[in-house]
Amino acid sequence: MDFHEKLVQDLVSKHGRDRENLLPILQGVIDQERYLSEEVILKISKEMSIPAADVYGTASFYSFLDIEPRGKFVIRVCKTITCAMKGKNQIIQSIESFLKIKVGETTIDKKFTILQTNCLGWCHKAPAMLINDDVYTELTPESVVDILREYKEKN
Amino acid sequence: MTTTIKKQLHRIDLIFKHEDDCKEILRNALSRSNQELVNEMVNSGLKGRGGAGFPTGLKWKLTAESNEKEKYVICNADEGEPGTFKDREILSRVPHKVLSGMAVCAKIIGAEKGYIYLRGEYKFLVPELKKELRKFHDILDELGLDFRVEIFMGSGAYICGEESALIESMEGKRGEPRNKPPFPSVRGFKGKPTVVNNVETLAHSYTILKFGAKKFRDLGVKDSRGSKVFSVSGDTPIPGIYELELGMTVQDFVDDFGDGDCKAVQVGGASGFLVPRKRFGKTTIGYEGKLTGISLPTGGSMMIFNSSRSMYNVLNNYLEFFEEESCGQCTPCRVGCQQLLKGIKAVKRGEKPASYLDQLLKLTETMKLTAKCGLGQSVANSFSSIVENFREEMIY
Repeated sequence: MDFHEKLVQDLVSKHGRDRENLLPILQGVIDQERYLSEEVILKISKEMSIPAADVYGTASFYSFLDIEPRGKFVIRVCKTITCAMKGKNQIIQSIESFLKIKVGETTIDKKFTILQTNCLGWCHKAPAMLINDDVYTELTPESVVDILREYKEKN
Repeated sequence: MTTTIKKQLHRIDLIFKHEDDCKEILRNALSRSNQELVNEMVNSGLKGRGGAGFPTGLKWKLTAESNEKEKYVICNADEGEPGTFKDREILSRVPHKVLSGMAVCAKIIGAEKGYIYLRGEYKFLVPELKKELRKFHDILDELGLDFRVEIFMGSGAYICGEESALIESMEGKRGEPRNKPPFPSVRGFKGKPTVVNNVETLAHSYTILKFGAKKFRDLGVKDSRGSKVFSVSGDTPIPGIYELELGMTVQDFVDDFGDGDCKAVQVGGASGFLVPRKRFGKTTIGYEGKLTGISLPTGGSMMIFNSSRSMYNVLNNYLEFFEEESCGQCTPCRVGCQQLLKGIKAVKRGEKPASYLDQLLKLTETMKLTAKCGLGQSVANSFSSIVENFREEMIY
């Protein structure tokens, strides 16, 4: 049994085969893999007896269920109004120049992906970003680089 | 003409200040009859704090009346309205109050299972919430209430804050709103009667049980009873969460929270209304006169803009948000959002005449009438209130 097959089987036996468990299963794959590959979608479809198009259609609806490869650390910078007012563009520029990639891209070492996202719910502490599930607020172009430096050290 | 109500800003702190053991309040609530509890909720005048303002007592009553055996209570923690962050604060600071509200609702309607639908962006709250749930389940065991709550994670979709889309999402599908009726109180999660309440609504239910319906009802004005947690952001020296009495005017609010150079306030997030300075004194924040536009209902988002802000940029940001977050199911919303965004850009670049804005206003009217759910219908609110009040900023 290959890694993906085992991952899907483990998640399906943990959550169950009913349709209502599809989201927790897709989220489980994201936790491990950071994205849903075609292979994984087909395996989930087979295990849960849901048409593959339906699994794909559901996954692609949600912004956190990525269907293209992402880095180990996914950076999501909030782009909604208050963050935009408080300098989100400068934060993005700072991240882009530090990681040497553009928004939407992943570093060659597959460590970082930069994305923009809609309201993170930290409007009183704008600008804000998520790195995977961790929240960082009241960012400055300097502080964001310090944060990323720490992540660079992580394995 | 609707007369406006002048009310001084009154800070209340029912939800956050009173740290107490929820066990005694729950024990007391569970010893009362369901009829008595529903009456307490109805008498309090509490309306849903997610923004729509449906009477909470009535929602519980309708679900309780169903003869179905299997029922559910869902706490809607999919807060995603730009400018809103109150539910996160409530869930992280006083989760036991929200859970107690769910438990009392479960007793009244006869549910054994509840869910917190938590937005994906708040996943960091899960470990603490799980700890809280373990403690809470022990209390329920002690009190003899057969009710269990689970956390269901969302995955980044604003539309899932709409209750029927939230239910679809919990059933493992795309979070697309359902046709209504039937409402969730009749056919909700897995086709069973379901109460879906916002985090803050449930926290208020708890404070009503603690302090009594009268204390809650005595706050506020007319149809807007009680206090409300506001998320204050933008050009303000004191951004944050404030529990205020309902019924204040925007002017009252700006006097306390503005930076002295306030040009406009967006009440109710991107899907709410923009109030320009000239109307601060005439606009009340509450549920009255919902259709007149003089009094504005809100989920609590208050975004303040000072004179350095371009209202074109604000509207552009809102429309980009809606264009991305429209579920795409119905054409008025999917295509409407795209056309509005393209339209204002074209006017700004001079590719379309200024009169094109009137065409776009007509389009928002069509969206308001024909979109399937509140998302598509409410795009008109911010669009028309910004374009009508700051037309010159859209053009030049």
